Amino acid sequence: MEKVLMKGNEALAEGALTAGCVAFFGYPITPSSEIAEYMAKKFPLIEGTFVQAESELAAISMVYGGASTGFRVMTASSGPGISLKSEGISVIAEAELPCLIVNISRGGPGLGGIQPAQSDYFQATRGGGHGDYQIMVLAPASVQEMLDFAMEAFDLADKYRIPVMVMAEGTLGQMMEPVFPREKVTQFTEKPWAISGCKGRAPNIVNTLHLSPEFLEYRNQVLAQKYKEIKANEQKAESYWTEDADLVVVAFGLMSRIVKKAIMEVRRKGHKVGLIRPITLWPFPEDLVRQAANNAKMFLSVEISMGQMIEDVRLAVNGKVPVEFYGRIGVIPSPEEIAEQILRLAEREGF
Amino acid sequence: MKIVAQRPESLTTARFHYCPGCTHGIIHRIVAECVDEMNMRENTIGICPVGCSVLAYDYFNFDMLEAAHGRAPAIATGIKRILPDRCLITYQGDGDLASIGMAEIVHASARGEKITVIFVNNTVYGMTGGQMAPTTLLGQVTTTSPYGRKKEEAGYPIRMAELLATNEGSAYISRVAVNNPANVIKAKKSIKKALQTQMKGIGFSMVEVLSTCPTNWGLSPIEGLKWLEENMIPYYPLGEFKVKEA
Repeated sequence: MEKVLMKGNEALAEGALTAGCVAFFGYPITPSSEIAEYMAKKFPLIEGTFVQAESELAAISMVYGGASTGFRVMTASSGPGISLKSEGISVIAEAELPCLIVNISRGGPGLGGIQPAQSDYFQATRGGGHGDYQIMVLAPASVQEMLDFAMEAFDLADKYRIPVMVMAEGTLGQMMEPVFPREKVTQFTEKPWAISGCKGRAPNIVNTLHLSPEFLEYRNQVLAQKYKEIKANEQKAESYWTEDADLVVVAFGLMSRIVKKAIMEVRRKGHKVGLIRPITLWPFPEDLVRQAANNAKMFLSVEISMGQMIEDVRLAVNGKVPVEFYGRIGVIPSPEEIAEQILRLAEREGF
Repeated sequence: MKIVAQRPESLTTARFHYCPGCTHGIIHRIVAECVDEMNMRENTIGICPVGCSVLAYDYFNFDMLEAAHGRAPAIATGIKRILPDRCLITYQGDGDLASIGMAEIVHASARGEKITVIFVNNTVYGMTGGQMAPTTLLGQVTTTSPYGRKKEEAGYPIRMAELLATNEGSAYISRVAVNNPANVIKAKKSIKKALQTQMKGIGFSMVEVLSTCPTNWGLSPIEGLKWLEENMIPYYPLGEFKVKEA
């Protein structure tokens, strides 16, 4: 297929449509609104469903209803909206319904600002709402990946009956890059649990209320087992130059591209520096980080936040070597700025 | 042999957990009878609320989904928009619908969602132990209005049927009661009309059902029925507030 120039948010919406998404339920919030606008334009032409909900709570509740029919459905928002959606995300996680949730993230806390940020990492990777649950989180680093990951998210959601989030910094939602469109998905998983009217079968019930203590514990064990399986099978990351690296930098999303450029610069100056770019934020690619910790002298977590992913890096490194942090918020550090930080560490530590 | 009475197919054989004198059981039954009589059991999807009827998924014998508190109309919207030929019924109490779910119900009505809402108003939060609801009457004693609801502090009880009738998207809005056999028959007729309104695709429909809560009112079942008639009906008048023809 021909390459087309697309905005990140549009590419993500196009990816969802290509994956067979039939409904979008959302509430406007910068910098994610282009996704809703794209769907509002496209769905009426293909007999899909677009509803602008009265609130984020209603939007995620519509997703809950829509997902229970077994069709592919989605919503998109940004940090403050995801906070409101947390009630519904907890419900959908326990009801084990597949759906796509998009966070085109901005800086918080509170209303924060509309500048790009990665400070919703904790919210995304620790469930975000009440109860013992996880969602899967994919972090694209290019406009092409906005499209690709929207499609992959629906497949993972169906495979594990779990809400999957694509989380990208606002910049990625807003910027334009050339994109290869993909073939439309037409084959879907059977969903015998779906609610559609009980013709020819016993009624299906979608429920998250468990008043019996034993059954409540059983349900939590079922989820825990599923999360264990996902952790074992779905960790995904890219690594560059880690084999001989004294310093391994960990960065995700758009930040990883900037860091990559910085590392190319410092390697030219003779410093052995590598990069691990987590693609799945949950499950965190801990196996790869653990392996890298066998040879590296030090890690550096670079984030557009005050330091959140660093906790997962530290857990994976497990005290073997020091883990340093560099982060900005509201502004995105330049490759030069990152290179300078790396060189400072190299001088201090002598690598 | 002629069968004159039997359990509707749309009800399971599970025993209701409701308190003695609570009228949820009657309302469940007439909803189920309407679904049976319209031959829609296999085409119906029910959404139950948070509240005393939270376990309604055990009682209705069709596809059911359990909502978070107040969100049933939004969930029903999500399902109905994807499966437009199904019959969607939400079953909600007054705390669920008129307090935490106020935005969802008003906007489902404003959008003219083709769903039917059974709104059970007993003037209290039943399951959590009898706290004040938006529908609690002035002067009524509850666990969170121990000196009686005062208008200066808690404002006035909300009349949902009248409120929703002002929305253009509302196609059928009524208020009924189930305090005596004559009213039960009227209630059933109204529920059927609401379901027919939905299936004809005319718009949003809601039947507000005045119901009893003897346990939290501190009354016997018979006193409860009398209290409903003497206190609730004067403030919440029965009747049809919106009837939109196709």
